[in-house]
Amino acid sequence: MTVTDGSLVVTDLRVEFDGFVAVGGVSFDAHPGEVRFLIGPNGAGKTTCIDAITGLSKGSGSARLGGQELLGKPAHKIVRLGVGRTFQTASVFDELTVLQNLDIAAGLHRSSLSLLRARRGVDPAIHRALEETGLSRELATPAGILSHGQKQWLEIAMLLVQDAKVLLLDEPVAGMSLDERTATGELLGRVAATRTVLVVEHDMDFMRRFASRVTVLHQGKVLSEGSVAEVQSDPRVQEVYLGTAAAPSVMTIGREDD
Amino acid sequence: MKNLKPWLPLIGIGVLALVLLAVAPSVLSMHWINNLGKYCCWAIAAVGIGLAWGRGGMLVMGQGVFFGLGAYSMAMHLTLESAGPDSLPIFMILYDPLAPLPAFWEPFRSDLFTLLAILLLPVIVASILGYALFKSRVKGAYFAILTQALAVALAVLISSTIRETGGDTGLSDFKYFFGFVLSDDGNKLMVYLIAAALLVVCLLVVWQLGRSRFGELLIATRDAEERVRFLGYDPANIKLVAFVVAAVMASIAGAMFVPIVGIITPQEIGASASILMIAGVALGGRASLFGPALGAMAIGWGQSSLGSSWPSGWIYILGLLFILVTLFLPMGLSSLVGKVTGLVWRPRATPTATTPAPEFTAPEFTEVKK
Ligand SMILES: Nc1ncnc2c1ncn2[C@@H]1O[C@H](COP(=O)(O)OP(=O)(O)OP(=O)(O)O)[C@@H](O)[C@H]1O
Ligand SMILES: [Mg+2]
Repeated sequence: MTVTDGSLVVTDLRVEFDGFVAVGGVSFDAHPGEVRFLIGPNGAGKTTCIDAITGLSKGSGSARLGGQELLGKPAHKIVRLGVGRTFQTASVFDELTVLQNLDIAAGLHRSSLSLLRARRGVDPAIHRALEETGLSRELATPAGILSHGQKQWLEIAMLLVQDAKVLLLDEPVAGMSLDERTATGELLGRVAATRTVLVVEHDMDFMRRFASRVTVLHQGKVLSEGSVAEVQSDPRVQEVYLGTAAAPSVMTIGREDD
Repeated sequence: MKNLKPWLPLIGIGVLALVLLAVAPSVLSMHWINNLGKYCCWAIAAVGIGLAWGRGGMLVMGQGVFFGLGAYSMAMHLTLESAGPDSLPIFMILYDPLAPLPAFWEPFRSDLFTLLAILLLPVIVASILGYALFKSRVKGAYFAILTQALAVALAVLISSTIRETGGDTGLSDFKYFFGFVLSDDGNKLMVYLIAAALLVVCLLVVWQLGRSRFGELLIATRDAEERVRFLGYDPANIKLVAFVVAAVMASIAGAMFVPIVGIITPQEIGASASILMIAGVALGGRASLFGPALGAMAIGWGQSSLGSSWPSGWIYILGLLFILVTLFLPMGLSSLVGKVTGLVWRPRATPTATTPAPEFTAPEFTEVKK
């Protein structure tokens, strides 16, 4: 893959919490055009990687978007450079409507003074994102009463309207039905055509169906990297998944297409 | 009907303006006009608290600080104006007729400086304080205790500097208000009308902020600060704006309190005064537009009628009221209105009426779409 303006290149990323090494020298890269997966057992350091890239936790090493170093910048500036994220637990603004949620997300490039005016009409980018995520009919619904899956889509829609170049999604299909997972996977495929998409997931079936390239983390280190087939056949990966409570998922990894 | 809804608050403000500016002066005695003016001052501070606390989630327990900045700026000016050019305030003469006027008093001889101080001192103090607190992510109870401590500190400082500030006795006996004789009924009415008009203006400001994108962002920050950060905003700046606006309103309230009540003492700005300001807002409904103002006026009225005829009972009634509202109507009395109109509007507005309504149902927030 060639490095473009929208590429995320992480090199030797380290994150420590009071001496505990949560991420110990992780490198990977993600580019527009691929749906990039980051998997690993509980506590492997996946979320911590995203936290460090987005400025929530302090990390050392390097994380570059195009030519720009991200580590060390405050979180909101990293967002303004084009890195958007979701959280493991869906976090939308429950008391605001879908439109208001999206409008806030679309607003980061607005001038401060224009914030003092009320909204008139709907930003075209918001309409596009609503159509893309299938939420058009929920425009006026308070986000708090959306279904779980719809909340996740709203979060992705928020990343689209904020025009993120890189989308870091932490377990975007957790708690979704099979149909919703399929819809989400297809959505991510479309989004990835023009943006860098990095997905953290536990759901091996979902990974197998939608990943273009996978990095496996274990205890804060990269265990394996490659296509889905390569990763599945890596004996070290099988060992890690067999040796932990996540053992059943190795069956899912190994299972043939339905 | 639906097109009218976003404008209901504006109509409400219009009605309130009519009542305060036209009806009240023609039906109330001068005594009650003066009292109403005092309630308007507390209401102005309350409107700001509603913005900072109700919509911004910052429990500002020390608004007495900003109330005090405005009040003492005004009181120093009126004291000097009453003393006449080049002369010392009477209380200073009593201590030491030969001592010079303290340097920080001198500029308050000027009308313009005083007005600027009332508006800009709270901006400066709240900006520095807010910047320090919000950037270092102080929030919740820590924020509340810190602001409360500042109110106590300022009150103690004033109490202990009796020669410079009048101490516990406070500043009083103002004869003139920017050239107008304060004992004159016509002028008293004018001062009241200014306070009432300022209340209306503050309500308009908060209404516009509430319906603006900033208002949505402020609520978003209150509910999920980290999420806002990851949408590319610095929550500290958003909170800072609301905090500063609330501070300016408290200062204006303090400034108008002085000519209306005729005295300012540290008790009016200390811990219990600051808490009483919060109490009105909580009773009325902190997140609604009218709740804080009406709550503060109600408390003010209780304070001056019941509080003076039956002081020991009043404090228990207030406490009981507070407990009942906190238990059964956490969003204040105005949430009753939301619940009632919610019953009327909701079935048509949202087809999914079976899901629990969001806890926060003040009418002006269920909101605004074209
Ligand atoms: N703020 C923190 N302070 C201390 N330790 C932390 C902190 N955040 C994470 N950790 C530790 O770092 C390790 C990696 O956690 P992380 O959340 O990144 O795992 P994960 O791969 O996302 O796991 P999961 O699949 O369960 O979400 C864990 O051992 C966790 O306990
Ligand atoms: Mg995680």
